[in-house]
Amino acid sequence: MGAAATATRVLRQLRHDPRTIGLLLGVPALLMTIFRFVYDHEHAVFEHAGPMLMVLFPLVTMFLVSSVALLRERTSGTLERLMTTPLSRFALLGGYGLAFTLLATVQAGVVTALSLGALGLSLAGSTALAVVLAAAVALLGLGLGLLASAFARSEFQVVQFFPATILPQLLLCGLLVPRARMGGVLHAISDALPMSYAVDGIRHVAEERGASAAAVGDLAIVLAFAVGAILLGALTLRRRTD
Amino acid sequence: MSFSPEHAVQARNLSVWRGGREVLHDVTFALPAGRITGLIGPSGGGKTTLMRAVVGVQRHVRGELQVLGMAPGSAALHRRVAYGTQSQAAYDDLSVRENLEYFAAIVGAPRAQVDRLLERVDLEAAAGQLVRSLSGGQRSRISLATALLGDPKLLVLDEPTVGLDPVLRERLWELFRELISAGATLLVSSHVMDEAARCDEVLLLRDGRVLAQATPAQLAQRTGTDDLEQAFLRLVEQRS
Repeated sequence: MGAAATATRVLRQLRHDPRTIGLLLGVPALLMTIFRFVYDHEHAVFEHAGPMLMVLFPLVTMFLVSSVALLRERTSGTLERLMTTPLSRFALLGGYGLAFTLLATVQAGVVTALSLGALGLSLAGSTALAVVLAAAVALLGLGLGLLASAFARSEFQVVQFFPATILPQLLLCGLLVPRARMGGVLHAISDALPMSYAVDGIRHVAEERGASAAAVGDLAIVLAFAVGAILLGALTLRRRTD
Repeated sequence: MSFSPEHAVQARNLSVWRGGREVLHDVTFALPAGRITGLIGPSGGGKTTLMRAVVGVQRHVRGELQVLGMAPGSAALHRRVAYGTQSQAAYDDLSVRENLEYFAAIVGAPRAQVDRLLERVDLEAAAGQLVRSLSGGQRSRISLATALLGDPKLLVLDEPTVGLDPVLRERLWELFRELISAGATLLVSSHVMDEAARCDEVLLLRDGRVLAQATPAQLAQRTGTDDLEQAFLRLVEQRS
């Protein structure tokens, strides 16, 4: 009830901001297209890295959107107001989760349709699984954005958490160098970061037919990280504040 | 502390820390049920902190405090106590109506109440406008309308009439009177002394201490002046 009302409210806020929706849906498609033609002479690189980009976009966009949205919720007085109502913080976050998962699913749908259609990317496995994996990564972005919003006092600060929390994951997730080739320490750190599993998962989808057990296992790990981050973040939404 | 039904809020020896600083020092007061109590005093005197303690969003509260016979912030109070914050506490990127519809859904108020309240706070014409395009006075009325959703028993309103034109201020005080007739209790803060005269009871707060709690008539009698600004000054003198 509270979650559905909150999801409706978040989507209505987005509807009044068509530019953000346009950027959320258009930019990943544009970047994927550029990537495709940068490697025009070397299609194998696009075939290898394209699927990974499909799970990186939702992390980046949802982290940015949710960290700013939740920071505004904390600083504009609306959270304080909500905390005097019967709405529980889990319903509040559930609402954000519903709205952003829907948005991420549409985003992933657009990127996937474009990549598999006009750009000529091929996935051996299930396309639906690729989209579900992207949606799970979006929830992870929400959880990390929520945590970042707890440690920032301004929008300037909260966007600085992007290079601090997201970029290391992009370096270590296997996009640049396969995880198997990383040294012991880096490999151990990589093992502890959620995006490593998202990238492993999408590699399985790209290379193995159907919904392979390995891909589904990676999806479950990403979801567990996402739920963990959201629950940890929920602890930072307090009814009583200083 | 035993709860008396004549009092919607009772506080005894209440001390509150906000932002690491002791803001309220050992204050004792009681809000009579079914009345408007004006929380009057200069900015920085602890009015907002006192209100936050009553609605149960303030940490570091020491002493005794009961709200409608319960601990402040109890789950059962979430539907019965409403807080109109001083900051607008509305979503900038939603229309006025969408803001009210969201809060109505959360407190379980009927949708028809949204239209009624928009009319009562004179925001009908601006209902479709985004909050970010509104004036300060319009924003504070959204905060007020939001607090009225769901017919709460206790309304805690932080500076609800600040920046309003006199005609509208008059209408809001009429509205407050109607809410009292319907059985609600109001705590309304203001840094403007002349608003105190409109209240049933006045709680004067300065530097985190209660200067006086009395009816406006009692205050006039005690200080020998009808002018509340003067009365305030005399009470400060008597203290020091």
